[in-house]
Amino acid sequence: MTAPRDKFGRPIVVVTGMGVVTSLGAGKEDNWARLTAGESGIRTVTRFPIDGLRTTMAGTVDFITVDPASSTGLTERLAVVATEEAVGQSGIGGKGDFPGPLFLAVAPVEVEWPQRIEVGQAIGKADFDVNDMLAVSGGGKFAKYHHRFMFGSVARYLAEKFGTKGSPISLSTACASGATAIQLGVEAIRRGEADAALCVATDGSVNPEALIRFSLLSALSTQNDPPQAASKPFSKNRDGFVMAEGAGALVLESYEAAMARGAPILGVVAGCGELTDSFHRTRSSPDGKPIIGCMHKTLADAGLTTDQIDHINAHGTATPENDRMEFQTMFNVFGERAKQIPVSSNKSMVGHTISAAGAVEAIFSLLTLEHQRIPPTINYDIPDPAIPLDVVPNKARDARVTAVMSNSFGFGGQNASLILTREPI
Amino acid sequence: MTEPKEVWITGIGIVSSLGEGLDAHWDALNARRINVDEKRFAPYVVHPLAPVSFDAQIPKKGDQRQMEAWQRIGTYAAGLALDSAGVKGNQEILGRMDMIVAAGGGERDVPVDMAILNSYAKGNSSPAFLNERLLNDLRPTLFLAQLSNLLAGNIAIVHGVSGTSRTFMGEEAASIDAARIALARIASGQSDIALVGAAHNGERTDLLILYEFGDFNLTDRFAPVWARDKDDSGFALGSAGVFLVMESREHAEARGAKPYARLTKVVADLAQRKQPGAVTKSLEALWPKLGTLGDDGALITGTTGVEPVTSEEKAFLSQHPGYAVRATGTMFGHTLETQFPLGLALAALSISRGALFPPNDPTGLEIEKSGAPAQIVVMGAGHWQGEGLALVEAIK
Repeated sequence: MTAPRDKFGRPIVVVTGMGVVTSLGAGKEDNWARLTAGESGIRTVTRFPIDGLRTTMAGTVDFITVDPASSTGLTERLAVVATEEAVGQSGIGGKGDFPGPLFLAVAPVEVEWPQRIEVGQAIGKADFDVNDMLAVSGGGKFAKYHHRFMFGSVARYLAEKFGTKGSPISLSTACASGATAIQLGVEAIRRGEADAALCVATDGSVNPEALIRFSLLSALSTQNDPPQAASKPFSKNRDGFVMAEGAGALVLESYEAAMARGAPILGVVAGCGELTDSFHRTRSSPDGKPIIGCMHKTLADAGLTTDQIDHINAHGTATPENDRMEFQTMFNVFGERAKQIPVSSNKSMVGHTISAAGAVEAIFSLLTLEHQRIPPTINYDIPDPAIPLDVVPNKARDARVTAVMSNSFGFGGQNASLILTREPI
Repeated sequence: MTEPKEVWITGIGIVSSLGEGLDAHWDALNARRINVDEKRFAPYVVHPLAPVSFDAQIPKKGDQRQMEAWQRIGTYAAGLALDSAGVKGNQEILGRMDMIVAAGGGERDVPVDMAILNSYAKGNSSPAFLNERLLNDLRPTLFLAQLSNLLAGNIAIVHGVSGTSRTFMGEEAASIDAARIALARIASGQSDIALVGAAHNGERTDLLILYEFGDFNLTDRFAPVWARDKDDSGFALGSAGVFLVMESREHAEARGAKPYARLTKVVADLAQRKQPGAVTKSLEALWPKLGTLGDDGALITGTTGVEPVTSEEKAFLSQHPGYAVRATGTMFGHTLETQFPLGLALAALSISRGALFPPNDPTGLEIEKSGAPAQIVVMGAGHWQGEGLALVEAIK
């Protein structure tokens, strides 16, 4: 028997395990129930003081905590929870013996304020400078903070815990990171380097400085009251995205390997594409060409035409510019059909999970295929006449869905799209 | 599977403490020149960036202002690499060129941090205090100058490299993997041409603090990497940017590009370093995966000078006594993500010049080697995790 290949002769890449954590809960079951019920996970921040902040809400994951508290520590913990679910469902490998590489989408890492303050206090006097700080940093007292705040620390922990093979890759393509992690896994399997890959995307970085940084770029919604209504993708009164936390983990396998071990086949990653925008650090090229090209590349990679896509899981951040640009580019690619294809933004409910978003939303897309039910875009009370999309407003909808395009766009000109299908096409 | 495609290095861009460009580096290496500063960050030793006119590769001042030093260094080096490959300004190629950057993050606004910490020390720590200070004192655009993927973003904006853009993170291992993935993609036909590299600004107190947490900094006096003993171990941070243009042989030949060398293989692993000797064992396991190697080749290593990994690398090297070793850490300092591309660049440069540069080592570990090298192994072992090898060869 010849190995099952796609129409380009490449190994077909299937998903055999998925795990997800968001502000809506831990696990696919909880998330799917609440997502299709149109619930919001956005709440007023209680993790740190919100005095003086313009934005005071976020999609924090408060039901999981780490001690000592740090964003990097929470990021790692969220990844572990999602990965345990994914590997468990897949049934692949032995315990702590995943038979393939790790691709991890993770936020850039820095020393955080609680730790910086702790080091500052170790100086034991007022009116100190950076040299005084350097003088107390060594000697082993803070050695754990070196490990915690290395960029490779989360991947190293996951690689050891789950026994992935080879050198784990930590990556950032900003808000497209989760999609890029999946793309790297798909490419490795298509090259025949691996029969399986663990693709994880995680973000636990709601802390004062991160919130303020996005706030200073005027990227965040300031509609704080009620927090559940802040994220309004595609609405006329949208005013920015809502920072959020979460993680998504996918076990990818070649179709052949998955069939050989009788694994559950949850869906197919049929195509991946990316195209860089060199226009501006935070804004899209006004003609939308890079995003349009990204969608075309993804369709070509999947060997599909636009009329075979019957649902789009939008990037849908609810920033004024993103949503307008996303419609404009969809209209260019899909023509008048863009107005008929159901388009959902999961971010209306879970917020923008930044580095994790691409993977979290790929998982929601696969659950959409599994349940033949499209999650809504909530908080859609005032449609934007400039964006005449069917956004599946406010209520989930049963529908026949065979192929989903999931889009992710990020600062730095990052554009990435995925096409997910239920069966090999 | 189809036969893997041959991958050539057709462009090299280097800027470092020794200067910029290939000729300047070749001359400096042959003169055994070292540019080290023991005073500016005393007691910490650093290799400062040589004077560079950023305008030459980043013509718009507005672009330069939007970047932190590490991004300027990297964007500059990327421009040199594109020039060297003869693709600068070639929209058709740049528009489909893949990019993998290995990056850390940008420098913090240290005066802002120190002012906040001093206020805390004076008991000024109401709940709103940190929020107020950050809201008022952080420059809005600083975030973009710090974000890891914005080095790639700036290279796209300034040079128009706009096929794909991926940023790998994770210190030294990030760039080993960047080279490994770029090679694999081109060899398998998933990509035709790629820009791969990294940049590091070693003149940063916030980085010195981070590495001081682990007692990794070299202090007081400079010493060549191999001469740093267990009581006086550590790395001297270095500033450098290195980018390489890699492409398939057929793509290079079709456009008449002249190669420096062939990138034959890149392998990497993550040893669990709890056991002594784990790095030695890991490198030994990677060695045969490079292919057929001679007994008396050359090896360029990014050895850090920190312990215990440096001793473990020495133990590995002692099993290959015929190899002429060169440690870039002695001449360039430790440049984290940039160290492995630097090794690849110097290997390709040596092969293209038909000679290995001379040893720079009073301990005798580095031996003389005459003649044109046909193969050079590039080695990297991270200061706390990750290790890899690459094989760079002369084109037959």
